[in-house]
Amino acid sequence: MENAIEVRDLITKYGDRVILKGVSLSIPKGKTTVILGGSGCGKSTLLNHLIGLLKPTSGKILINGKDITGLDEAGFNEVRKKMGVLFQGSALLNSLTIADNVALPLREHTKLEEPTIQIMVRMKLNLVGLSKFEHFYPSQLSGGMKKRAGIARAIALDPELLFFDEPSAGLDPVTAAGLDELIIKLRDVFRMTIIVVTHELPSVFMISDYVIMLDLGEVVFAGTLDELKMSPHPRVRMFLERQAEKETYSPEDYFRFIAGN
Amino acid sequence: MQSWTGSLRFTEPLTMPAITENLFGLIGRRAASAFKDLHDASKLINDTFYWTFVSPFRGKAIRVNAIISEMVKAGYNSVPIVAVISFFVGIILALQAAYQLKRFGAMIYVANLVGVSLTRELGPILTAIIVSGRSGSAYAAEIGSMKAAEEVNALISMGINPIRFLVTPKLVALMVMLPCLTVLSDFIGIIGGLMLSAGALDINPYSYIQQTINSLLVKDIVTGLVKAWAFGAVITIVGAYQGFKVTGGAEEVGRRTTSSVVASIFLVIVFDLFFTTLFFYFT
Repeated sequence: MENAIEVRDLITKYGDRVILKGVSLSIPKGKTTVILGGSGCGKSTLLNHLIGLLKPTSGKILINGKDITGLDEAGFNEVRKKMGVLFQGSALLNSLTIADNVALPLREHTKLEEPTIQIMVRMKLNLVGLSKFEHFYPSQLSGGMKKRAGIARAIALDPELLFFDEPSAGLDPVTAAGLDELIIKLRDVFRMTIIVVTHELPSVFMISDYVIMLDLGEVVFAGTLDELKMSPHPRVRMFLERQAEKETYSPEDYFRFIAGN
Repeated sequence: MQSWTGSLRFTEPLTMPAITENLFGLIGRRAASAFKDLHDASKLINDTFYWTFVSPFRGKAIRVNAIISEMVKAGYNSVPIVAVISFFVGIILALQAAYQLKRFGAMIYVANLVGVSLTRELGPILTAIIVSGRSGSAYAAEIGSMKAAEEVNALISMGINPIRFLVTPKLVALMVMLPCLTVLSDFIGIIGGLMLSAGALDINPYSYIQQTINSLLVKDIVTGLVKAWAFGAVITIVGAYQGFKVTGGAEEVGRRTTSSVVASIFLVIVFDLFFTTLFFYFT
C-alpha cells in the first residue's frame, strides 16, 4: 500500500512540556485515515505539523516522499496548494461572501479568467450542497453549512490531501452524519487522501478506513477499523467503552499537591 | 501513566538561595519576553515592507481592490470627523493667539500662527490621532478576531501570506490617505481661523488670506506631509502587531485593541518629536 504521508520520530516540545514523544506513523494514499485520541493527547499538534503551521522540535514529515520540515515558506506553499484544510470553526473569512471565500485560493494561485472561476465556485458549492447560498456571508449560515462551505474552499484547488479538524464538533447528529457522508463521497469520487482528526466515535465507525490512536503524545494503535475493535490495548478499550480515567496521583504526590508546594 | 509534572521540582536540589534565583529569574523572564516582542515586531516590519514594496516587483500582484476599500474605510469615512475637529482647532488656535497678540496690537499675526502651527504640527498630529482611534483600533480588532477564529491559520494553510493579504492593503491605504487627510485638516483649520478672525477679531478676510499665504513656506507643508506619511506606517504596523499578538479569544482582542490605540498614539508622538527635531536642524 502506498503512503501519502509518513511521519518519523516526531518530537514536539513547548518549553519543558513534551507534547509529541517520538511519533512515527504512515497514512495510506486514497483512504480515509482517522487520527483518534482524547483531549490533550497531541492530535491537534500533530495536525498543525502536517499542515505546516508548526515546526517540530525534531523528526521528519514526508509528504509524497518529500520532507516538509526543512522547507522554507515558498517551498511549503507549493506543498500547500496540494492540500486542503477544514478547520474546527470552519475559519471562513467573515468579510467575504461564501462564493468569494471559495474563489479565494483560485484567485490567489491560478491565472484563470473570472468567468471560469465563477463556474468552478458554483461546481464546488453544488458538490457540498450549498448552491443557493453563494451570496451569503458566513455569519448568515448555520454551523453545518459553514463547515460545508469550508469544505468547498478546501477542495477548490482539487487537492490530493484533505485534512479535517474535528469536523463534527458542535454539530447535531443529523448534520454530523451528513458531513460524514460528504467525506465518504469525496474519498470515493475524487480519490482524495483524507485525514480526519476527531474524538467522535460514531464518526470514526462511519468514515474510517484506517485508524491511528494517540495517547499522551504517543501512537498506541494503528490499523484498520476492525483491528481497532479487536484491539486489547487498555487505552483503546477505555476509549471505545467510554471509561473514565482512573486517579493517576500517587498518595505522596497528592499530598504535595494539596499542600501547595 | 501521567505523572504530575510539578513533582519534578522536589527531586532537584536547590543550588541557589531562593530570593536570588527569583530575582534572576524575573530579570531573565522579562528580558526574554522583551526580546521576543522586539523580534516579533521587527519581523512584522520586515515582512510588511517586503510584501508591500519588494514583492510587487517580483510578480506578486498587489490587491488593488482591497487597497481601495481600505482607503474608503480609513480615509474617506474619516473626512467628516477630521474636518469638524480641524475646524474647531483652527478657531481655538485663533482665539488663543489673539489673547496674546492683542496686547501688542499685532492681531494680523493670528494668521501666521494659525497657518504655521496647523501645517507644521497640529494638522498631521490631530489627523494621526483621529486615525489611530478609528483605523488603528479597527486593524487590531480585525486581525485579532481573525487570529482568534483561525482565519489567519486558514490563510496560511491556503498558501496565502497573511501579511500580504491583510497588512499590505492597509499600509498602502494609510500611507496615501493620511497625507490627504492632513491636507484637508490644514485647509479646514485655516478656514476656521479665518472665520473666527473675520467674525470676532475684526480682521479683514482678504488680509488674513494674504498674510497666511505669505507666512507659509512650501517646506512647512511638505514636512507636515512627510510626518503624516510616517504616521500612517506607524499606525498600521502597531495595529497589525497587536492584532497578530492575539492568541486567546474575544477578551484578548479587546485588550489588544486598547493597547494598539495607546501604543500608536504614543509612537505617533515619539515619531513627531523625531521628525520635528530633524526638520528643525536640517531644513
